[in-house]
Amino acid sequence: MTQSVMVQVGQCGNQVGCRFWDLALREHAAVNKKGIYDEALSSFFRNVDTRSGGDGPDIYKGKIYSLKARALLIDMEEGVVNEILQGPLRDVFDSKQLITDVSGSGNNWAVGHKLYGYQYRENIVEKLRKTAEHCDCLQCFFIIHSMGGGTGSGLGTFVLNLLEDEFPEVYRFVTSVYPSGEDDVITSPYNSVLAMKELNEHADCVLPIENESLFDIVNKIHHMVNSGKLGSTVKQNSLVTSSAGGAKTAQEKPFDAMNNIVANLLLNLTSSARFEGSLNMDLNEISMNLVPFPRLHYLVSSLTPLYTLADVNVPSRRLDQMFSDAFSRDHQLIQADPKHSLYLACALLVRGNVHVSDLRRNIERLKPSLHFVSWNQEGWKTGLCSVPPVGHSHSLLALANNTCVKPTFIGLKDKFMKLYKKKAHLHHYLHIDGMEQSCFSEAISSLSDLIEEYNELDATKGGPRIDPPRLQIAV
Amino acid sequence: MAIVAVQLGQCGNQIGQEVFNAICSDVRGTHGLCSKKENESYHDACKERFFSEEESEVPVARAVLVDMEPKVISQTLSVAARSGYWKYDDRSHFCQKQGSGNNWANGYSVHGPRHKEVIMNLVQKEAEKCDRLGGFFTIMSMAGGTGSGLGAFVTQCLRDAFPTSFILNHVIWPYGTGEVIVQNYNSVLTLSHLYQSSDALLVHENDVIHKICAQLMNIKQISFRDVNQVIAHQLGSVFQPTYTAESALHYGRNPLGDLMETLVPHPEFKMLGLRNIPQMPENFLAYSTFSWPGLIKHLRQMLIANAKMEEGIDWQVRPPRLGSSTPSSHSTNKPLHFNTSIANLVILRGKDTHSVDLGSFRDPSLYTSWLSPQDAFKAWKTPRAFNKYEKSATLVSNSQFLLKPLDNVVGKAWNMFASKAYIHQYTKFGIEEEDFLDSFTALEQVISSYTSL
Repeated sequence: MTQSVMVQVGQCGNQVGCRFWDLALREHAAVNKKGIYDEALSSFFRNVDTRSGGDGPDIYKGKIYSLKARALLIDMEEGVVNEILQGPLRDVFDSKQLITDVSGSGNNWAVGHKLYGYQYRENIVEKLRKTAEHCDCLQCFFIIHSMGGGTGSGLGTFVLNLLEDEFPEVYRFVTSVYPSGEDDVITSPYNSVLAMKELNEHADCVLPIENESLFDIVNKIHHMVNSGKLGSTVKQNSLVTSSAGGAKTAQEKPFDAMNNIVANLLLNLTSSARFEGSLNMDLNEISMNLVPFPRLHYLVSSLTPLYTLADVNVPSRRLDQMFSDAFSRDHQLIQADPKHSLYLACALLVRGNVHVSDLRRNIERLKPSLHFVSWNQEGWKTGLCSVPPVGHSHSLLALANNTCVKPTFIGLKDKFMKLYKKKAHLHHYLHIDGMEQSCFSEAISSLSDLIEEYNELDATKGGPRIDPPRLQIAV
Repeated sequence: MAIVAVQLGQCGNQIGQEVFNAICSDVRGTHGLCSKKENESYHDACKERFFSEEESEVPVARAVLVDMEPKVISQTLSVAARSGYWKYDDRSHFCQKQGSGNNWANGYSVHGPRHKEVIMNLVQKEAEKCDRLGGFFTIMSMAGGTGSGLGAFVTQCLRDAFPTSFILNHVIWPYGTGEVIVQNYNSVLTLSHLYQSSDALLVHENDVIHKICAQLMNIKQISFRDVNQVIAHQLGSVFQPTYTAESALHYGRNPLGDLMETLVPHPEFKMLGLRNIPQMPENFLAYSTFSWPGLIKHLRQMLIANAKMEEGIDWQVRPPRLGSSTPSSHSTNKPLHFNTSIANLVILRGKDTHSVDLGSFRDPSLYTSWLSPQDAFKAWKTPRAFNKYEKSATLVSNSQFLLKPLDNVVGKAWNMFASKAYIHQYTKFGIEEEDFLDSFTALEQVISSYTSL
């Protein structure tokens, strides 16, 4: 069994990360009734004997003593991390997993990446090594951060670089929250594009998320629950946004529901690696199947169902609806419509009591309405995990490598150019040691190249399918 | 003679466990429909073949379990032990912590060499337990990374370490509409490599078995377990003890050798297909009766028309009339869709097998001209019924059965290769474009050979 380490950087990264650990504990508690520390738990948690005070040795088998998250919490201001440490999750982390500072990065990528990066490099490497040492077989680093700010964006991508240098064999999956349309951080386009270059070059897989989509989904659920349009009752604690039964804070912050969605995404992504199933889908398989060319590693994700009706028997129709929803525009976690763009590859990870025949039936049904690139007409990767998420009898995570990410990137580029042409706010960046004009021009050029690659693929869409001639054998 | 099974990857291990289950439950059953003496002979022959004599309350399967991640093997071992009727040797398995990531190159170039010694040691130990080693039966899928890549490597090692033993690879052909996106690459690499070291490839297609489950077995929600059980039944019907023409008084002792001798006269032609009838839900068996003429007629037409199961057979297809054209001419004089055979093996189990007329299978128009029909066709029989079927007939065929699926897979892989998609994932582990081209060339050769039959 392999282990994964979560690296949460910045305010957004840490808030999402916090929700992840809460839900992960809840999920494992529901499955692990006997309190035995098993392989599934070990993928994200260490079992530490803390009775002797201080940090005892790791315990690999037997009873659960004290679970410690395999995580690194990094933030250049203290507010968010302090709140986590005073909250109900305080025992899941220990002080050796934190790196904080006081003044923050001022929404400046250069401050995060160059200044704090340089300053904290040794510290970060040492703590990463420590976490890795506790792992029997470390498979993957998950980075959670936002793109628009300073710490998550700048320091987060610095850590990404570090991970590639120090742990080249370990996969790097990055969950990036992209700035929304009415973002109030003026410099977010600069930060995002500078970060994009790093993601292009150093990440194995990126899962872009947009707040607008999360917000829409939260509203939709709210609407459905309160409108009474549904015939039967909705199970409250089955909402993909809820943290009911978990560690609840006094007041639910507005972002909690949205962050829960992202946390669920990560849980579902790793479910097949942690739990058994008839067709396992490990993290290295995700990267292998969904990334046909090294730079095209941006995966659009969607989660269904968003809620479960109290009706336990799932008729085929409802199951099929789950599959249809996964491809609809309002279930995607970024503002994109994969159905009308070109698929390079698609993965479906099903959890719960779903059989291979259900999976096949739905793929056959949905295939005709989707456009796949000519050389990958049957580009489906499937996984079946027997253990459903808490409160659901089944669920589906769809990951698509689809050209519908292009508009997001073009939007970023346009906003960047608007500022850059006027050289607005540039001096804030350039006066940081190590930061030069070329950083900007390289970053925008990297993004342009990426957009161009997607353009080239889109150009093949709908065109005549010309299969290359086969090898001729002399008889 | 004993057969050592090597179960590779998730698929190989899941199927292997069902196969031993099916064999065990067949032997235990009281539905043999034959004399007690016969039953005992059958039991002894089966036991010698698949299970080893060890100090244990239950028979221990002759198998080595290999996987690069631990979840499936631990499940397989525990499910077997829980049955109470048989188990695996606790020491005969090898697994690692991290899988092959559906990457053939990872399985073949990284895991293979790295773990060669340990794996071959396990195989050696199992081989030594056998009084006489009859050969190896490997079970693997082509679509993933371990079964396919590591499987190809292990097959090569088996060939090197046991140059005179028979190696039969049981290969699972994935669903046409993806289980794994790079499955066509993995399949092409697997098949081309296996062709060099294996004696024969016995193929089961997921799509076909799925249809059997849906249409014949009436299963509404088909799981992989259902599919694997059908596959296990079909394999059992081939490898459970039988009498052959040469060994008419004792149960045949060299099933793999006999199979190879009959079906693989030429190393260019190693693709074997399998058909088994009748297939139905267990609770229908009591209400169904079959006649041998009927079963034989259906099986023969399934062969000629390349039907995948006993429903929906195209009865219009007829063999070409001999004398009207030279058999080796290219398709122009051959009726469309006619499946030409190199060699066939029919296995009959159950009531009245001694009196079955198999003349229709000896019809020379079914075959190429290389072998006389006497040599191109063999029959194995036993009066002992198999797995509750009063009468059961199996066909193992070296014919154009797999030509179309092979052509499909190579075509799709080539299409993807032309755009160079995913190639970086393979070069990362040492499989270069050159290696791909070699594999494509090898398989186009096989396709061409089978096409020109």
